[in-house]
Amino acid sequence: MSEHDRDRTSRRASMRATILIGIGVMAAVDEIVFHQLLGWHHFYDASTPMIGLLSDGLLHAAELIAIVAGFFMFSSVRRRQMLAPRAAWAGFLIGAGGFQIFDGIVDHKLLRVHQIRYGVDIVPYDVAWIAFGLVLLVAGLVLARRARAQGPEPAPSLE
Amino acid sequence: MHDSIHGTTDGTASTLTLLVYALLAAMLCLYLVGAARERRAPRAWSARRTLCFAAGIALLALAAAPWTVSWAHADLRGHMAQHLLLGMFAPLALVLGAPGTLLLRALPNRPARRVVALLGASPVRVLSHPLAALLLDIGGMYVLYLTPLYAASTTNAALHAFVHVHFAVSGYLFTWSIAGPDPAPRRPGVELRLLVLLAAAAAHGILAKLMYVHGWPRGTAHSAAEIEAAAKWMYYGGDAAELLLAAAFFARFGAGILSRIDTLSCRRPARRTRGARPARG
Repeated sequence: MSEHDRDRTSRRASMRATILIGIGVMAAVDEIVFHQLLGWHHFYDASTPMIGLLSDGLLHAAELIAIVAGFFMFSSVRRRQMLAPRAAWAGFLIGAGGFQIFDGIVDHKLLRVHQIRYGVDIVPYDVAWIAFGLVLLVAGLVLARRARAQGPEPAPSLE
Repeated sequence: MHDSIHGTTDGTASTLTLLVYALLAAMLCLYLVGAARERRAPRAWSARRTLCFAAGIALLALAAAPWTVSWAHADLRGHMAQHLLLGMFAPLALVLGAPGTLLLRALPNRPARRVVALLGASPVRVLSHPLAALLLDIGGMYVLYLTPLYAASTTNAALHAFVHVHFAVSGYLFTWSIAGPDPAPRRPGVELRLLVLLAAAAAHGILAKLMYVHGWPRGTAHSAAEIEAAAKWMYYGGDAAELLLAAAFFARFGAGILSRIDTLSCRRPARRTRGARPARG
């Protein structure tokens, strides 16, 4: 495989793994911070339609598997010494940001699985949530473009 | 709290507990004897597998302990904890102990081949298929909690015991079908197993939320608050078990999925950048 192809493969493999990790970690952070610590999210929202409950179950299961799959893929990439750090970080930000936006629009507003917080004017919360996701996503995409343009990265040193 | 199974039949209950413990002890002894014999073999039996199996037996013993049983009768949360142990955590530990592999190694050739033939027989393959195991295990949960079956099992000792045994056995079958290291002829591929794992995790979580919202199981003395708490235990306890099961699955079978993804991504045509030489080989 040529040097160029090997870089592309490294970047792709690294990003594949960390996009999954980003999704799973963001979902876990949401769960721990907003459900458990702050108690803002509720276990169940009475206004959730059945389709919301069903899809939430499926998405929750997917997030769970994503984080395990992502870590497994990541350790495999490292073992084969194909880790491209910048691409990896890009993938993480894209996964995390993409998930936040999806959660903010589809889960909260379309499927109405739960709101960010109850008993308050929700609009500023929704805006902040989606904006945060956008910031992460854009940062990730910019980093990915830079990783592609700048070519091979030095191999990460083994500590 | 209405406790008709253990109310006046303490004698029967202790006999049953003793029987269960005797069975568990026998299983552990058989395994340890086999493991001790195999340690002298060229490929020594790993201590980790022995520990896993022993942990599984310990978890089953915990689930059957009199203290756990009375907690399960008094509080729906106790019931959930008992079922999580019986149906999710103990099976995973037992399966990772690879008792089937140990059996095949410890047996002489002819009986071993007969066991393998039995494993490949249609009824066994059908029952241990991930989809069948999914239906029996998770489907069984839906039947238990969304129908009068749960209420009936609190007043009928035989039914009660059957439900527990069902969850232990179907939990073991399901766990093995997804992530079990023990071999069997013509096991389904990794993609199917991953999809079934996803479906099972989703169905488990959906059931927990349905119970929370609609107050299932009905026809019992459990309060709404108790049902809600139990449903949350089921949801989060299930999450923890599914995380562990997914980890076991990927650790054992993840390489297959990885190479499948790698092959798929290599087939995409390479994008030429200016000045780069075309890929070779």
